[in-house]
Amino acid sequence: MPDYSLKIRRYNPESGQPAYWQQFDVDLAGCSCQAAICGSCGVRINGMSRLACNTKLGEAAEDAPNGAIVVEPMGNMPVLKDLIVDMDAVHWKKVQRVVPWLLPEGDPPDREYIVDPESMIDITQSMACIHCGACVSACLSMEVDPEFIGPAALAKAYRFVGDPRDAFTEDRLLDLAEDPHGIYDCTHCFACIEVCPKDVAPMNQIMRLRRRATSDYGIKDGNNGYGHEKAFSDLIEKYGLLSEAQLLPKSYGDGSLIRAQVKPAALKELTAKLPTVIRGLRSGKVSPKTALIHRKLKDQDQIRRMYKEVESHEDRLELNLYIVGDSDAEEEGTMAEGGQEG
Amino acid sequence: MKLAYWPGCVSRGFTPELHGAMAAVAPKLGLELVELDRANCCGAGFISEHNQELADTLNARTFALAQGVDGAAGMVNICSTCQGAQSECQERLDADAAYRAHINEHLEPEGLEYERGGAWWNKNLLWLLVEEIGLDALRERVVRPLEGLRVGPFYGCYIVRPTRRLGYELYPDRDKYLEWVIEACGAAPVKYAGSHKCCGFPIVTTNRETSLRQAGRHMADALDAGADCVVTPCPLCHLNLDLQQPESQAFVERDLGIPVLHLPQLIGLALGLDFKELGLHRHVVKTDEVQAKVAALAAA
Ligand code: SF4
Ligand code: SF4
Ligand code: SF4
Ligand code: SF4
Ligand code: FES
Repeated sequence: MPDYSLKIRRYNPESGQPAYWQQFDVDLAGCSCQAAICGSCGVRINGMSRLACNTKLGEAAEDAPNGAIVVEPMGNMPVLKDLIVDMDAVHWKKVQRVVPWLLPEGDPPDREYIVDPESMIDITQSMACIHCGACVSACLSMEVDPEFIGPAALAKAYRFVGDPRDAFTEDRLLDLAEDPHGIYDCTHCFACIEVCPKDVAPMNQIMRLRRRATSDYGIKDGNNGYGHEKAFSDLIEKYGLLSEAQLLPKSYGDGSLIRAQVKPAALKELTAKLPTVIRGLRSGKVSPKTALIHRKLKDQDQIRRMYKEVESHEDRLELNLYIVGDSDAEEEGTMAEGGQEG
Repeated sequence: MKLAYWPGCVSRGFTPELHGAMAAVAPKLGLELVELDRANCCGAGFISEHNQELADTLNARTFALAQGVDGAAGMVNICSTCQGAQSECQERLDADAAYRAHINEHLEPEGLEYERGGAWWNKNLLWLLVEEIGLDALRERVVRPLEGLRVGPFYGCYIVRPTRRLGYELYPDRDKYLEWVIEACGAAPVKYAGSHKCCGFPIVTTNRETSLRQAGRHMADALDAGADCVVTPCPLCHLNLDLQQPESQAFVERDLGIPVLHLPQLIGLALGLDFKELGLHRHVVKTDEVQAKVAALAAA
């Protein structure tokens, strides 16, 4: 049995002493379910948020700086003692925030609710969460904005938004879109996807929430999420390439240049942004021409045709690899060298 | 090496110095770039947020155009975000033959088709440098080792996460390449907390405070760790780290003023190119001190 060195961050709030590091030499460690099911063993190992129970000591030892595996409590949550963080104060409070229970319309049926199995597939991924808190620990928006609702709770929100039995879909979306710390406070950093031991891909669930809020319900939120997404997509339809100079005014006017000029809130935001554009001009970074006139792509009509073609069918086509798996990968057994493995 | 070249739109819009620097550096590295001037924006994650099928179609078109470049070894991009957004689409296209066929139908009127697999790849300049050109070859071409220049690497999320999508199984060290390239240029990589974190760009219009606090904090960390400048392979990161730096200062309540270089600019310095050609005068945070340091090296 090989020996491993673990460098553990210890802390006891009652001692009045600061946290300190202590090194242990062990040859076995284990507790709780040990099967990535109970969600109780989240820690940071060599800086990565993960479950202790499904981390192989040998592999962790390979990444260990100076030979000792570094074990710390999870981030973004207060430490209660040693490796134990206050999940109630952060994680569970945020989960509560999204109303994590079904709100059906009217009286319950006499027997069970009958749903089409197909309609539940979309939310199976968000249901896989074991509430370990690893994503919360790793979240880069929460690191600077502790009020951000965060990956686990928003993934949970999608579990109910996507549930056909729930009657408050639009209200839920409106609530999450309008909250300044809601779906538009996620910085799309993939940290939660990277660390989640159950492949919940919380960021993807947040993107689904945005898609439903903007495309399905046309929710024009005060955070400008709707305007930004619409502006981006419209500009590319029109020009094929993106121009930041037009993106700003457009995204502050629900996607319309004209509205940006008349909507007072949009105007305020836009003028706050102007110094940035002017600075760009002054530093010689951007010529007035690039700032004001949009380059148009050759063959733009082709892009427009594709937009029309794709957007003309009612059903949104989404390929969720969590559900379909990588059906093609085995068949050839080789991956492109760029390594886009599913 | 002949390559299909996707410069991205930001490098031709708000960070023209990046496009120029790449054009100057490529021949020095023995690269022949065939620019995909008919290709469209990768969508930077925003299009797939809006409509996944559309994003996959747009990028399949870019891949098809790149695959059509005669004699090209592969496709190169100079934007972490392009890499991530395109890899995301490629992952879906490669995963399912029926889906790929469906997307290819949208390309048919132009006679284009994306073909999966084989030896075809799409790599960011950073990956290309290490995996295709090789660090030894780079070192051999360095005429001005940047001795004494302390450089903080800033990767950009899209090129480090999620590792499964970004080929880390095959190339597990892709999150260390910037440090390696900095060393190959003769400079010293600086370790600091924010090197692999998010610059905050995606939410600069929806939550300015969260966004600029991230940008400001990373630059402050790099400064505190003793960096003379930061280098990034992502022009979108550059927008938040350089263009917005005068404003992000307010959110971290301190002065910053740390120059942010594009990856080809750093390489260009080591390859002996001049400052103007690399567009070093076109930054918001002045690069004068970096220039002075490098100029002193040349004189020595
Ligand atoms: S993608 Fe969004 S939710 Fe996930 S870790 Fe990053 S900021 Fe947090
Ligand atoms: S989403 Fe994943 S990482 Fe986050 S709490 Fe659930 S299981 Fe853990
Ligand atoms: S990531 Fe940016 S630069 Fe690259 S294509 Fe997309 S929008 Fe353009
Ligand atoms: S750091 Fe920000 S802009 Fe840069 S790649 Fe990540 S999300 Fe994008
Ligand atoms: S011990 Fe239960 S999840 Fe790790």
